[in-house]
Amino acid sequence: MSLQYVGLKDINGPLVALEGVSGVSFDEIARIRLNDGTERIGRVVELSGDRAVLQVFEGTKGISLENTRTVFSGKPLEIPLAVEMLGRVFNGAGKPIDGLGAVFPEKMGDVNGQPLNPVARKYPRNYIHTGISSIDALMTLIRGQKLPIFSGSGLSHNKLAVQIVKQAKLTGEGSGDFAIVFAAMGVQNDVADYFRRSFEETGASERVCMFLNLSSDPIIERLLTPMCALTAAEYLAFEKNMHILVIMTDMTSYAEALREFSSSKGEIPGRKGYPGYLYSNLASLYERAGVIEGSTGSVTQIPILTMPNDDITHPIPDLTAYITEGQIVFDRDLDQRGVYPGLSVLLSLSRLMKDGIGEGYTRADHAAVSNQLFAAYAKVQDARSLASVIGEEELSDTDRAYLRFGRIFEENFLNQGFDENRTMDETLDLGWDLLCSLPKSELDRIDEKLLEEKYNPERAERFIEEARG
Amino acid sequence: MNNTIYSINGPVVKAADTKDFSMLEMVYVGEKRLIGEVIGVTDKFTTIQVYEDTAGLKIGEPIESTGSPVCANLGPGIISNIFDGIERPLRDMTKLNGAFIAEGNALFSLDTEKKYDVTVTVKAGDKLSGGDVYCTCPETALITHKCMIPPNVSGEVVETAPNGQYTVNDTIIKLKLTDGTEIPLTMVQKWAIKRARPIAKRLSAKRPLITGQRIIDTIIPIAKGGAAAIPGGFGTGKTMTQHQLAKWCDADIIVYIGCGERGNEMTQVLEEFSELIDPKSNRPLTDRTVLIANTSNMPVAAREASIYTGITLAEYYRDMGYHIAIMADSTSRWAEALREISGRLEEMPAEEGFPAYLPSRLSEFYERAGYVENLNGTEGSVTIIGAVSPQGSDFSEPVTQNTKRFVRCFWALDKSLAYARHYPAIDWNQSYSEYVEELSDFYTENVSPDFMTLRQEISNILQEETKLMEIVKLIGADVLPDDQKLAIETARVVRVGFLQQNAYHKDDTYVPLEKQMLMMRVITSIYHKSLDALKNGVMLSDILATGVFEKAIKMKYDIPNDKLSMFDDYLKEIDEKIGGLTV
Repeated sequence: MSLQYVGLKDINGPLVALEGVSGVSFDEIARIRLNDGTERIGRVVELSGDRAVLQVFEGTKGISLENTRTVFSGKPLEIPLAVEMLGRVFNGAGKPIDGLGAVFPEKMGDVNGQPLNPVARKYPRNYIHTGISSIDALMTLIRGQKLPIFSGSGLSHNKLAVQIVKQAKLTGEGSGDFAIVFAAMGVQNDVADYFRRSFEETGASERVCMFLNLSSDPIIERLLTPMCALTAAEYLAFEKNMHILVIMTDMTSYAEALREFSSSKGEIPGRKGYPGYLYSNLASLYERAGVIEGSTGSVTQIPILTMPNDDITHPIPDLTAYITEGQIVFDRDLDQRGVYPGLSVLLSLSRLMKDGIGEGYTRADHAAVSNQLFAAYAKVQDARSLASVIGEEELSDTDRAYLRFGRIFEENFLNQGFDENRTMDETLDLGWDLLCSLPKSELDRIDEKLLEEKYNPERAERFIEEARG
Repeated sequence: MNNTIYSINGPVVKAADTKDFSMLEMVYVGEKRLIGEVIGVTDKFTTIQVYEDTAGLKIGEPIESTGSPVCANLGPGIISNIFDGIERPLRDMTKLNGAFIAEGNALFSLDTEKKYDVTVTVKAGDKLSGGDVYCTCPETALITHKCMIPPNVSGEVVETAPNGQYTVNDTIIKLKLTDGTEIPLTMVQKWAIKRARPIAKRLSAKRPLITGQRIIDTIIPIAKGGAAAIPGGFGTGKTMTQHQLAKWCDADIIVYIGCGERGNEMTQVLEEFSELIDPKSNRPLTDRTVLIANTSNMPVAAREASIYTGITLAEYYRDMGYHIAIMADSTSRWAEALREISGRLEEMPAEEGFPAYLPSRLSEFYERAGYVENLNGTEGSVTIIGAVSPQGSDFSEPVTQNTKRFVRCFWALDKSLAYARHYPAIDWNQSYSEYVEELSDFYTENVSPDFMTLRQEISNILQEETKLMEIVKLIGADVLPDDQKLAIETARVVRVGFLQQNAYHKDDTYVPLEKQMLMMRVITSIYHKSLDALKNGVMLSDILATGVFEKAIKMKYDIPNDKLSMFDDYLKEIDEKIGGLTV
């Protein structure tokens, strides 16, 4: 029987402190048994002399200074891991909540993980097909990449996440087993429900492993949710050689939980009250994506976050984008005009796509099409701002062609149905069609030979007709 | 007495009631012997930052003193290696721990088994002092390693080993110091990473670091031994620019510090640099590159150390007479590591939570750059190119502002250029170089006597465009008179044809200085000839219809780097086509 400590010294928010302890190690897990028989889990976050500070995952509600007995486990938090986790639903701390009983573990995994040695990484090279034109063509998702979605309250990021889960697939050789780990942090009950229902309806649920932490659940558990999910993902990818797509929503709630935790610990705040280690902390999650030597699996991450007040310079999106390999950004204006998914093409970027597209992966002309679409759409913005000053009639013919291109591009390329799953060929051909609405001389990012072969103004006609009508 | 752990808070550990430790001393913490550094000493507590993950440490575990500061091991085997922030070899670590980094392995930095082909360059009786070379060996195909007497040592050689095959820990010579003691010297020396290695004197910077990147070499140049900052928000291409510089600049050795950045980026550098062949030597770029990788998820204290480790390695090779360029990506992450540790120590924060000593740490770092005369009389240089990642792309934040005070070359990356896919996205209006004057003699003598004039003209055209665009934004381009429209058209050629550079194009990725000069000559010639034609009453539309503007935009691709004579044809064509226009 291990040593039990009776009572506590203080309680402050989710933190409790004990005194007179010995032999306790930093970051280990303790079980706190209450007099009413229930048990809670705590983690050591600070040690000083004979004093230990614990964060209690389930919250401190109902805990008094005298009604507890604490036992230290001597180990960091571990969760049971098995392939059978797919199709199951867990809470933020990795406990099953779908009523199907415990997972029979093949092994136990430390949720903290360990940093990947850069030498052991393989550079990510192949892509994941999402069936969404804007993503596939302009911000291609690469296996082993971390590519966050920056959204705002009320925008359709949840819908997009479901569509990605539904449609995501691998192509080409080595496509192997593909599965999804879904971590929800601080989401509302009905949003969690929406995800669960959608996965069931679309038949995706048996390849999805869900970790749910609702907005009413304790914040400390929220801090564990992504760690548990990523531990499961790493296990499936690197030990079972599967390709795992991890979707984590909402990172803003996660960061806010971290701020709450930090302030109850009495730490010195950095920017906007977030702790100074927010960057390192986020990095310890995001960097758990990748491909490693000696395994054919991969961990790809799509973290979703809502930008507070749509502000992309807010610390959470800002630090995230410095760690992740690009970002997919929602545009409120497009969303309100009914364009789904209303993604801001110019603000979005996939840093790894240059090495994972083209001949052998997607199609030889992919890079040319996407560069030209970017460049042309950038000019649309110039034409629009000029038009707002001097009026559309005063514009040159070229500028007017750009205005038209902007319209048909947004309506036909960006905009697509929730059930519309476009192949890579469809997406790229559509890109060509739309580019053909511009004068040939404007297509300066495409080399002559390719342009000669593909350029034909007639290709754009049906879209122009439609826009006129 | 037994020193033990009293408290643990993240990477900060304290020992109570001990007087055994000195500031900045290296210590081993706990049963696993994690590496740490003493960063605060009071009579009650000794504060230690630990370079490895502290999970699992217990109160009461021992802390072991080493008596010396945190040092880098300097000797053959550094080049083409990849280290973590405290110079542990990451490749060897994968052999020991697999794909993930585990704690508590104090691996020696250098390969102790590899034998080098050593030539001893001194004989018994020679009097040597700090910096003198006593033996050399080929380290890679490109770099000859020169083992030097440590800076603070001098004496007389009493014994030398014969030339032959030695490992780094074999004794090469024995030296009798002035006080009579004899010490053996191997091929390895230690140096405290936070102390600059001494030099004989600083020399003024007169030679540019040639990078093959047009906007840098001609418009905003950096000198060998200079310091530059590349600030830019996410997605503006900081890392890409640094990769380009690391690949192409004419330094002998590149020290690439990945400080708190992405793991995949380091992998990319590793892969790409081993495949890329340096055209001058026909050897892979890894033969002249050292990588220090402390990615964002590796322990934060080691991130703080990685910058110092990098510059110490660079100074060591500078002492041999080499020219080194350091890419530090990113110094903001390093500053954040300072902030994180400072917060754990509950120090009084200054601006945005950064510690008040941030500026002094930054200046200490950038001041270690320089073009110098070494103790042994050779010349060498360390050039620092530091990326800065300003929060929210706001250049008024503390790290950017303080960095600006200590560098003389500022390459500001601009978001809107990056969105328009104008790469490198260096904003010519915000960026500056204080080296231009000092370097003008070099360009005039080595490239062309009119180089500086051409450069000035190109700058003027860009300036003019910036001014005109204010008007165009308000009322459109149509109302401008023809000569102003011409300036805008020429500026477009400068921007698209000259400043934009394609890192993925075989010729355009590196452009020799002569081609840069000739390109400027073509553009300025178009401008002058067109101005003359306008004066003679020719319409701008007719000038544009000649197609020379479009041709000039494509000349970077159309003229191969080894066929520069083609520029004569271009100049002739401009002469004929624009000069031939009549009213």
